[in-house]
Amino acid sequence: MQQRFHAPNSADELAEIVETYAEEGLPLEVRGLGSKLPFGRPVQTGAVVSTEKLEGVSLYEPTELVLSAGAGTPLAEIEKLLDDNKQQLAFEPLDLAPAYGGKPGEGSIGGVFATGLSGSRRILAGAARDNILGIKAVNGRGEAFKAGGRVMKNVTGYDLSKFLTGSCGTLSILTEITMKVLPKPEEVQTLVFHDLPEEAALGLMADAMASPYDVSGTVHLTEGLGASFSDAALSDSQTNATLLRVEGFESAVRYRIGQLKRKFAAYNPDTVLAATRSRKLWAEIRQLKPMQSRERPLWRISTAPNKAAGFVAALRHSLSFRTMFDWSGGLIWLEPDPTSDAGAVEIRRILSEYGGHATLIRAEPGIRASVHVFQPLEPALMALSRSLKDTFDPAGILNPGRMYPGI
Amino acid sequence: MHPAIVEPDAEILARRDQIVKKLKKLAPDAVLITDEEGRRTYETDALTAYRCLPLAVVLPGTTEEVSRIMRYCWDNNIKVVPRGAGTSLCGGALPSADSIVICVSRMNKLLAIDEVNRTARVETGITNLAISQQAAPRGFFYAPDPSSQLACTLAGNIAMNSGGAHCLKYGVTVNNILGMKVVLVSGEVVELGGDHLDSPGYDLMALLTGSEGQLAIVTEATVRLLKMPETARPMLLAFPSSESAGACVAGIIAAGIVPVAIEFMDKPAIHVCENYAHAGYPLDAEAILIVEVEGSEEEVAWLLEKIEEIASEYDLLQSRVSQSAEESEAIWRGRKAAFGAIGQISDYFCMDGVIPVSKLPEALARVSKIAASYGLDVANIFHAGDGNLHPLILYDSSDEEQLERAEACGADILKACVELGGCLTGEHGVGVEKRDLMSWQYGPADLLQMTRLKDLFDPQWQLNPDKVFPREARSGSGAG
Repeated sequence: MQQRFHAPNSADELAEIVETYAEEGLPLEVRGLGSKLPFGRPVQTGAVVSTEKLEGVSLYEPTELVLSAGAGTPLAEIEKLLDDNKQQLAFEPLDLAPAYGGKPGEGSIGGVFATGLSGSRRILAGAARDNILGIKAVNGRGEAFKAGGRVMKNVTGYDLSKFLTGSCGTLSILTEITMKVLPKPEEVQTLVFHDLPEEAALGLMADAMASPYDVSGTVHLTEGLGASFSDAALSDSQTNATLLRVEGFESAVRYRIGQLKRKFAAYNPDTVLAATRSRKLWAEIRQLKPMQSRERPLWRISTAPNKAAGFVAALRHSLSFRTMFDWSGGLIWLEPDPTSDAGAVEIRRILSEYGGHATLIRAEPGIRASVHVFQPLEPALMALSRSLKDTFDPAGILNPGRMYPGI
Repeated sequence: MHPAIVEPDAEILARRDQIVKKLKKLAPDAVLITDEEGRRTYETDALTAYRCLPLAVVLPGTTEEVSRIMRYCWDNNIKVVPRGAGTSLCGGALPSADSIVICVSRMNKLLAIDEVNRTARVETGITNLAISQQAAPRGFFYAPDPSSQLACTLAGNIAMNSGGAHCLKYGVTVNNILGMKVVLVSGEVVELGGDHLDSPGYDLMALLTGSEGQLAIVTEATVRLLKMPETARPMLLAFPSSESAGACVAGIIAAGIVPVAIEFMDKPAIHVCENYAHAGYPLDAEAILIVEVEGSEEEVAWLLEKIEEIASEYDLLQSRVSQSAEESEAIWRGRKAAFGAIGQISDYFCMDGVIPVSKLPEALARVSKIAASYGLDVANIFHAGDGNLHPLILYDSSDEEQLERAEACGADILKACVELGGCLTGEHGVGVEKRDLMSWQYGPADLLQMTRLKDLFDPQWQLNPDKVFPREARSGSGAG
C-alpha cells in the first residue's frame, strides 16, 4: 500500500496535520531525512510526516557556543558550518546511515536528537542530551510548544528538551533544536596499542579515563576488525588494537600523549597517529566502519566499564559474534552471526547477570517485530512510560510501537 | 500573609494530632519534629523573606521510611514538601501550614566508590562537598560546585539541577548523574539508570533532575566522579568598562579556549568584596574577570599567557596571574565571599537570570537602570562564560515597602533577561519566588506540557505543590 507523504513547510502546518490525524486516530510515521528508518521496531502506518522541509540554521553565535536549526537540516550541513568556524558538536553524533547501507552524513539534526545516540567523545563531552539547550516541537495532540531556550544554563521549569531526546518521535515531533557547540580542537593524536589481552585492554582504557589527561576516545577493536579501516596502522595488522585519543591545543596534546605513553609503557604503545590520520580514523569509528556487514544483526550494549570483559567472555560460550568496545568498555558494539532472534535471548540473559541494557540496532524487520528492540523495562517503569506516551500522544499516533509495543 | 503562602486546608489542620500519631507509627526510627520550636528551623529556606510553619517534620533514615510516609500522605491527601539542607534561594523548600516536610538530611551516607567506573553511590542527604571530600583521597571529585556546597545536599542539587562556578567545563547536576532510586508520590520505589552512561527507554532522570521536588523524592543516586586535574590556576583581569570585559569573554571563546570558569564582578561587587575579604581587587576597575584554567603546569602557563594576550586587546587595565596556591586562594577569596560580604552590609535578593553572553553590556545597563528606577542599589556577579547573571538587589527587610519594591525590581530584571533572549533562572530554580513570572518565558501551550507531567506523576498535586507554576496554569484534576 502506498503511504501518504506529508512534508509540511512550517511547524504550524505540521501541527495541523498531526491534529487531523489525532482526531481520526490514524497513525503517522515520523521521519527526518530517513537515514535511520530501520532503527527501532517496524512501524506500520498509512502516512508519513517528514520534517525535511523544516530546514536551515536560524541562529549561530560562535562566541556564545550556540546554534539553532530546523529539525530537517542535514547534519552534514551543520557540521560543515561549524567546521568553517573551527567548532563542532562535541558529543560526536553517531552516524548510523552506513550501518544501514546509506552514505555517511545522510541524516538530519532532528534524527540525531530523536535517537540521541552519541559517539566516542561522549565519555568526555557528554551525550546528545547533555548538549541540547532548547526545542520547538509538536506533540501528538497537534499542539506546538517550546521548551528550554538558547542559553547555556536554564532550570526554568521541567527540562523537556533533554527528556524528549532519544524518545524516537514517539512523544512529540521535534521541529527546531537549539544546541551547544564547542571549539574544534586544534590538534588530535591517537595512541595505538596492539595485541593486548581483552581484559588488559579494557583495564588500560579505564585507567586512561581515570588519568588527568582528558582522553576523549577509548576504543578496543577485537581481532579482525582493523581490516575495515583505511589506516595502515590498523588494516595491516591481524591482531586486536586499542586506541586512546587526545585532543586540544598542540602543546597540551603532545604533553598528554607523552604522559600516557610513559604511564602505559608496559603495554608497548607502538604508534602515535597524527592529526590527519587520527581524524580519519575516528570519523570511521563514528560511522561504525567495522560493523557494516548488513547480513549480520547489530547490537549496542551499555554496561559499566568493569563489567564489559566478563559479559563478553560469558557471551562467547553461547554466541558467535564480532565486537568493538567504545567508552572504555561502557559501550559494546556486537555483530552476532545471523540467527532467528538475532541473539536477543542469549544477550539479554547474560547481560542480566552483569547489568546494563541492549538495543538491537540492525536486523530484518521480521526479527525487529518479534524481539524486544529496546531493553524491556521493569513493570513500574513500563507503566510510567505508557502514561508518558498517553500524556503527549493520547491517540497513540506518533510512531506507534517504534520503541515498545504501544509506545 | 504573604501571597507566596497558601491558605491551608482546615480539615488537615484539624487532624494534626492523628496525623502525627500515624507518622510515629509508620516510621518509628525516623526523627519526628512536632513542637513549634523544632519546626521553626524548617519554616523557611535561604529565601528568608517567606516563612510558614509546617504541620510536622520527618527526617527518615531509609528509603523504605520515605516510601511509607509518602504512601500514607498519598492515601490521606496530605501535602509533602521535600527538603535537603534548606539552602534554596527561590523558596523551593518553603512549607505550607498543612504540609509534612520530609527532610532527607539524615540519609547522608556515601555507600560506595567505584574507581574503575568512576562513580559514587550515595544517599542524597549527603552534602555536595562531602562527596568530593570522600573521593579526594583517591584523586577524584564530583564536579558540580554550587556556592552553598558546604551545606547543600545532593537531593537539593538534583531537585534544582544545580550548577556552580565550574560548570562551563563540567556541566551541571543533570550531566553528572547516572542512576537514581526514587520514591513516587504513591510510595512506589523505582530504580532509574545505573552505573552505565545512558539508560534505556525515556530519559526519566533528565525529567526528574530540575523538577524541583514536584515529581518524586530521590533518595539515592549514582554520580560520576572525575579525576582531579594536575593543576588549576586563576588569573584576574581588570577592565575600565563592562563592555570591554564582555568583549574579552567573547574573544577568549572565539580563540577556541573554554576555561573551566569565567567569573565577572562589577564595580559595586568588587568594592564590597574587597572591603570584606581583602583579596587585592583593583578598586578603580569597572569590571573584573576571574578566569581559571586547568591542565599540566606547562599547559596552564601557556593558556594563561594566551588569555592575557587576548585580554590586552580589550582595554585591559591590569592583569594578575596567580603564581602560587596562596595567590589563587586570594583571587577566589573575594568572589567566594561575595554573598557573605554583601549580606554583611545589607539584606539582599539574589537574582539568577541568564542572558546570551553577547548581551552582557546591554543587560548590565538595563539592570542598573531598573534598580535606579526603584531607588535600590544592585551589585552584579556573573558566571560570564555561560551568561548566568546574579544581580544582588540590596534592601532593608525591616521595611515592608522596600521589600515589595525589591521584589518588583527583581521581577523587572528577570523580565529583561527573558526579553534579551535568556531565561528566568539558570541554577536556583523557580520555586515560589519566580512562579508567577513563568508566563513571561513560556506560553500557555509550553506550560501545559509541564503541568500535564505534574498531573501524571502527582494527580492530586500533593508533592511540593505551590511552586514552579502560576496558579492559573494548573491543569487537570489538581486544579485549584
